[in-house]
Amino acid sequence: MTSKYKGWKEIAPAGVCSKSSRTFLTGDWKTYTPILDLEKCIRCLICVMFCPDGAIIWVPDKKDIEFDMSFCKGCGICANECPTKAIEMKLE
Amino acid sequence: MTAKEWKFTSKDIANKPDLFLSGHRACAGCAPATVLKLVMKATRGPTIVTEATGCMEVVSSIYPYTSWATPWLHTAFETAAANASGIEAALKIMKKKGRISKEHVDVIAIAGDGGTFDIGLQALSGAVERGHDFLFLLYDNEAYMNTGIQRSGGTPHGAATTTSPAGRAVPGKLEYKKPLADIMIAHDMEYVATASPYYWRDLITKVRKGLEVEGPAFLHVFAPCPRGWRSNPAKSIEYSKLAVETCVFPVWEAVNGEYKLSIPSKVLSLAPQRKKPVSDYLKGQGRFRHMFKPENKALLEEVQRITDKRWQKLLKKCNLP
Ligand SMILES: Cc1ncc(C[n+]2csc(CCOP(=O)(O)OP(=O)(O)O)c2C)c(N)n1
Ligand code: SF4
Ligand code: SF4
Repeated sequence: MTSKYKGWKEIAPAGVCSKSSRTFLTGDWKTYTPILDLEKCIRCLICVMFCPDGAIIWVPDKKDIEFDMSFCKGCGICANECPTKAIEMKLE
Repeated sequence: MTAKEWKFTSKDIANKPDLFLSGHRACAGCAPATVLKLVMKATRGPTIVTEATGCMEVVSSIYPYTSWATPWLHTAFETAAANASGIEAALKIMKKKGRISKEHVDVIAIAGDGGTFDIGLQALSGAVERGHDFLFLLYDNEAYMNTGIQRSGGTPHGAATTTSPAGRAVPGKLEYKKPLADIMIAHDMEYVATASPYYWRDLITKVRKGLEVEGPAFLHVFAPCPRGWRSNPAKSIEYSKLAVETCVFPVWEAVNGEYKLSIPSKVLSLAPQRKKPVSDYLKGQGRFRHMFKPENKALLEEVQRITDKRWQKLLKKCNLP
């Protein structure tokens, strides 16, 4: 915790978490990185549904999915569930 | 648009902004996190969430960060349903006094299996008896994970936890999983259902149905935890599928006490040859590793027996042969 934030003794009894966790990057936890083969991907978005970390996003303008490596924890769920085996987990 | 009329594609779901945000501190491969993300995709308007302590509450609210893009209140381990009761009562009176303009605000209470099967049960039972309008969402990772994998009333027979270790004295948990959803139905609730994240469409639809009920609704969602199950994080969603395919965790709903199998389980009732042996689900999970030792053969058989027995009982309740 940085000094900018009050400690638990100073905050009101009902503390308020005010900062979005989207500013807390969990991407450096991973040891494996998902690599997507766009040729094999059929845009079914199964990986988007199952990623526990919201690290795969559907970009309507591009009509494609994108991985957000700043949140991916490298769990491998996307690779395991992909019906066309378009995602491969590579050791960082 | 009611849940029945709501047709959605994976793109619709992907396009809907997340209310459970990235940057939470759940372990890699945490299925409860997938469950919450999907559950929040089913909301139909302003929604207040209250959550009992447990992994999902802790990982999403580490000061000063929050993973909730909707009003969210932490509550004590035993009081998710009591808190939801208070929120709903407050909304009612504020609306009556004209202090809120919103047509309707949905209330969701979330707790793990410890916070539901065990310590939160009386608050839940009371809230349902009083008829508060809220959805209770149980994410069942089958032990008290946040405090170090202690057994709960939701832990299945034979599973090794830190308080039901598998060794020479005992072969994992001696007791059986509490049939909680049935207990909730006995409260004469309008809507009770079970769901599994692999069948994400079914899960999202059931959340929406639960929200639509004017009164309490209960949803029991299976949620593999790779940390506590000592399983491969990549397989968390696969286990949620295998649990259904082996009938360890059938998916069904009960509207006004009328049981009905949901499609993934219904298929198995029509084609019993497609029902897989429990070992397909148990293998690979460290918490069941001891079951595959020759001296524990009887335990493995017992798990199959109890699974079959409960499945038959469920078929009967659904008026199926
Ligand atoms: C009255 C009380 N007893 C014990 C605790 C400590 N505690 C915090 S979380 C937790 C376990 C939660 O287990 P569960 O509800 O199954 O959720 P999970 O962590 O598995 O997601 C316990 C025992 C507490 N916070 N309050
Ligand atoms: S490896 Fe896990 S966290 Fe990373 S994108 Fe795939 S499912 Fe998400
Ligand atoms: S211990 Fe289990 S439930 Fe808790 S955050 Fe880790 S994977 Fe999720």
